[in-house]
Amino acid sequence: MKKTHDMGKQQWQQQAAGALRDSLVMLSPRHQLRNPVMFIVYLGAILLLLLFFHDLTVHPAEAVFTGAIDFWLWITILFANFAEAVAERQGQAQASSLRESRQELTAKRLPRADRDASYESVAATSLRKGEFVLVEAGDAIPCDGEAVAGVASVDESAITGESAPVIREAGGDRSAVTGGTHILSDWLVIRVTQEAGNTFLDRMIGMVESAARRKTPNEIALSVLLVILTLVFLVVTITLYPFSWYSVHYASHSGSVISLPVLIALLVCLIPTTIGALLPAIGIAGIMRLLRANVVAMSGRSIEAAGDVDVLLLDKTGTITFGNRQAAAFHPAPGVSEQELATAARLSSLTDDTPEGKSIVQLAQQRFPSEQQHPSDQAQWLPFSAETRMSGVDDGEQQLRKGAPDSIRQWVEKQGGSWPSAVDDTVQKVAQSGATPLVIASKEQVLGVVELKDIVKTGIKERFAELREMGIRTVMVTGDNPLTAAAIAAEAGVDDYLAEAKPETKLGRIRQYQEEGYMVAMTGDGTNDSPALAQADVGLCMASGTQAAREAANMVDLDSNPTKLLEIVRIGKQLLMTRGALTTFSVANDIAKYFAIIPAAFVSTYPQLSALNIMQLSSPSSAILAAVIFNAIVIPFLIPLALRGIKFRAESAQQALRRNVLIYGVGGIIAPFIGIKLINLLLVAL
Amino acid sequence: MSNSLLLTAALLLTVILLAIPLGRYMHRVYDGQRFWATRALGGVERGIYWLIGTSPAKEMDWKRYALSLLLFNLIGGIFLYLLLLAQGILPLNPLHFPGVPAGSAFNTAVSFLTNTNWQDYSGGSTMSYLSQMLGLTVQNFLSAATGITILLPVIRAFARHETRDLGNFWVDMTRTVLYVLLPLSVLFALILMEQGTVQTLVGEIQVHLIAPFLSQGKTIAEQTLHVGPVASQEAIMMLGNNGGGFFNMNDAHPFENPTGLTNFLETGAMILIPIALIFLFGHMVKAKRTAWGILVAMLIIFIPLTLVSQHYELAGNSLFHSLGVTQANTAGLAGGGNMEGVEDRIGSGASALFATVATATSTGAANTAYDSLIPISGGINLFLMQLGEVVFGGVGSGLASFIAFMIFAVFLGGLMVGRTPEFLGKKIESFEIKMASLSILVMPLLVLIGTAIAVSTTAGRTGVFNPGPHGFSEMLYAVTSPANNNGSAFGGLSSDTRFYNLLTGFCMLFGRYWVYLPLLAMVGSLAEKKKIPVGSGTLATDTPIFVGLTIGVIFLVGALNFFPALALGPIAEQLAPPPAIIHQVTH
Repeated sequence: MKKTHDMGKQQWQQQAAGALRDSLVMLSPRHQLRNPVMFIVYLGAILLLLLFFHDLTVHPAEAVFTGAIDFWLWITILFANFAEAVAERQGQAQASSLRESRQELTAKRLPRADRDASYESVAATSLRKGEFVLVEAGDAIPCDGEAVAGVASVDESAITGESAPVIREAGGDRSAVTGGTHILSDWLVIRVTQEAGNTFLDRMIGMVESAARRKTPNEIALSVLLVILTLVFLVVTITLYPFSWYSVHYASHSGSVISLPVLIALLVCLIPTTIGALLPAIGIAGIMRLLRANVVAMSGRSIEAAGDVDVLLLDKTGTITFGNRQAAAFHPAPGVSEQELATAARLSSLTDDTPEGKSIVQLAQQRFPSEQQHPSDQAQWLPFSAETRMSGVDDGEQQLRKGAPDSIRQWVEKQGGSWPSAVDDTVQKVAQSGATPLVIASKEQVLGVVELKDIVKTGIKERFAELREMGIRTVMVTGDNPLTAAAIAAEAGVDDYLAEAKPETKLGRIRQYQEEGYMVAMTGDGTNDSPALAQADVGLCMASGTQAAREAANMVDLDSNPTKLLEIVRIGKQLLMTRGALTTFSVANDIAKYFAIIPAAFVSTYPQLSALNIMQLSSPSSAILAAVIFNAIVIPFLIPLALRGIKFRAESAQQALRRNVLIYGVGGIIAPFIGIKLINLLLVAL
Repeated sequence: MSNSLLLTAALLLTVILLAIPLGRYMHRVYDGQRFWATRALGGVERGIYWLIGTSPAKEMDWKRYALSLLLFNLIGGIFLYLLLLAQGILPLNPLHFPGVPAGSAFNTAVSFLTNTNWQDYSGGSTMSYLSQMLGLTVQNFLSAATGITILLPVIRAFARHETRDLGNFWVDMTRTVLYVLLPLSVLFALILMEQGTVQTLVGEIQVHLIAPFLSQGKTIAEQTLHVGPVASQEAIMMLGNNGGGFFNMNDAHPFENPTGLTNFLETGAMILIPIALIFLFGHMVKAKRTAWGILVAMLIIFIPLTLVSQHYELAGNSLFHSLGVTQANTAGLAGGGNMEGVEDRIGSGASALFATVATATSTGAANTAYDSLIPISGGINLFLMQLGEVVFGGVGSGLASFIAFMIFAVFLGGLMVGRTPEFLGKKIESFEIKMASLSILVMPLLVLIGTAIAVSTTAGRTGVFNPGPHGFSEMLYAVTSPANNNGSAFGGLSSDTRFYNLLTGFCMLFGRYWVYLPLLAMVGSLAEKKKIPVGSGTLATDTPIFVGLTIGVIFLVGALNFFPALALGPIAEQLAPPPAIIHQVTH
């Protein structure tokens, strides 16, 4: 799936050709009715077509103008259709690549959750919720479900695009399996949790395919606005006929009453065709951008909600820090050199396979690369036990221990040694800075303290600063004690933290923020995250998460990358901004169109109105035609912008508003003056 | 022109300085605080509540509020209608005027009810004192108070959250009349009387002429002057944006507007309460900067328009220039410029300022003949009304409509910063957009369709007096003014016909109630919403860029709809080369 968006040139040409065909099919009245703004253009085009044939027989001289206007109205409609078709084609390409992984699957249905029971082969579509299925190496998993027995490695690349296999096993947080993925080795017994037609994959395909059809709340509000504007402009143009008629017959006694082609041209230019044509494409493109980020939204609504988010609840582990504590410094006890401490720490950790142990060895080698001492073959390794809360090595005379301060203290004192108060101070200091102190002792002598630290991901602080600029608060959620949490929060630059967090406290905090009126987003994967995921306005579940968590979330991240939330917020905001900017542009264009058409339409009645022809357009008919042509070709010019989304920067609302009002508001006023003038010059040259 | 600039600056500055404390005072009144005013009049206030069986604690949701408002207006309208019909047999009719004809009575009742004060009759020679005082002046108070009661729930919807309560209509009405309109009017009437505005219940007085003259062989030494309770009506008609004068000459009449000072004060009185209400909004919603933003936006629209109007009036009639007639500022020409229809005590500059203020607000009073304005100045009158009476606008109703436009601006702006739009912490969703659209939509439809009917029918066209584009302007004005509850008349159009009585009556009713009912429905929904805390990611509504966006929306969504119609009226007339007009006149 990741590959589909790196579309080759050839593929693009294919899609464009397909979209062109689709645009013709979309000319059916039923399709046009779905978009009220374009439907008005459609009616106008049909009316003018009839008038054109009438003119051909009655006054052929006028047929040229009528025909030209009508031609460009049809082009306008085709451009609008094309914009929607291109976006839909892209969506369909994505959906069909998904569908490939959903060929007709057969399932080995078990009578009970027992691997050894005899199975019967049935079609995957006939599986019911609660039934059990056996999958073995080489099988495709027939449905979404939960492993109830066994361990297997699973290739989930069809869904995630990630080729490395993942482990799925019964019990715990890795029990969820997805239909359409493949078992590489071993076996699983799965309980069906979603019936065919309702699985994760089905919903994903449905989401992509129906993107054009279901409107989100903001889209509805915007559509209302566009319909109302269209209605007003309809009345403006219809009433213009009697106004013109009166002026010709009763006021100026000269010239001719405004003609139907001019009225329809004015109407089409005034109604917001630009945004009307691009609105469906913008919506689909937003969902596509999300999919490209490997996130599946369960509804279009959740993408918009992402743009509104005020508070991000982020898990410390994995999102803010790398997740493992790592040795950061050696603090030797009085009378001990740092090298002595480092050597002892390294020796005691050589066989320690935990990430912490490895990081100690690494740090020691980094500090003192010449130190190569190895324990003898008789060395006896003492692995960490919950009882002693220490690990270490006994090598002849040398007895090294490493562990939590209080257990080492006990051990040292038992050996008859003393506990230096300086070490106490160091332990205290290290703990206060949010790190974890490990004490190293050699028999009765305390050698010093190793500082283990949570390493904050590089660049994360800058991203949080960007979020703050955009008005979004970040809250770090961690199981650590408040002291540790505060230190890491300060280092990572989050706005707030939630220490010693349990699922209930998380849920409580989300509710509290929501009570205060904030929109909250969070990530989660475990089943115990489900209530919080469901409560959050935007709940992002990792693809590696449990079925329950996936159900509760309204988005799933296929890469299982917790920092993805930041990306999602960006995509949500960009979607809304694109809509707003293009609407503003579309409406602002009207000023120039009035100045092109009004003097042209009335100059025969009141010659003095040519003073309003500030663009100095050459003739009334070419002025009107130029406005209509501009109105049509601005659509294909803006299709790339609609699909790509307008430029997004991490900045405050004030800065964003200023930039977009200047570009799309002021620009929207000026651009058509230039565009219409250029088209007019071209028309005259031809 | 520099005098005109000074006058405009002095006027706006004075009014804003007076409106600031008035806004604070009104906030204390509507907040129900105990202070000197409520201590003084609290007894009366509580007495009224006792009488009608209500109390400030009994709040209403939007439906009950709207229903009470409609009911109150309906009763007031019927009462006024019957009073006008029956004035011939009622007391306080020293000049023995007969009952008002039914068509005119309907039009007048609707007109005063809706704060329009479109007058198809001649004030001084149609209405008995009882009609003037008990009918028209009372409605002057009540219709202005109704405008404020429309605004109050709108403000409360932003000030409150998660509630259905939007205030009590009867309490708001009582407080508005008792604490705001009555004291201000009394004060203003006293100032006017001191300056020479008449206030008496005598019908006519006989005065000796300073210079008796001979007519048909008789020496005429005496003159009958029509007087009456003018100052009291004048005060509220300006403060309450009513604009229906005691005399047909309205504020050009020396008994209504006797001195330069009264002219200044009367011009200022029209915008005093509308501006004070902006500050009230700032206090109640705790959004003072947004309130200033609103005021600045209004001033940015208003000042250039009034200055252009004044400039063209002072420059005079270009036809006279080409004929070599002087229109310079000479002793006999009171400031110079276009003096046709101008009261020379006032001059054309101050008249143009008055005209723009009267049409920017919904007052519609006049101290000059609007029909005689230079075409572009007349066009500016039209344009100010066609903005939807949102620049200052009617008392209360103007700010309410302005807020509807702000909802549009917030919607576009909100999307452009990448959030679901929110205004002062309230989310703007499709229902709000629907209702704000309905509210803004009604007026252009009324004006455009109404004018289309007028130009298409013989009944509409026969009223027109002037040829050329000016005739079209007259009809456009005759529909625009009532549809915006302004009430000023362009003249030149005989509007006391069955056709215009019905058309304008219809426009006034729909222009009032159909604009504000959707708005009340909208705030009903807004009040129930949560208040979203403001952060750096939310759209601020008090920045210059948002003020600019709001102005842009008002022009693009509101005013631009009238561009084609204006092109066929005032613009064509203004741009006409002089020979064409001379030719037309001789033709």
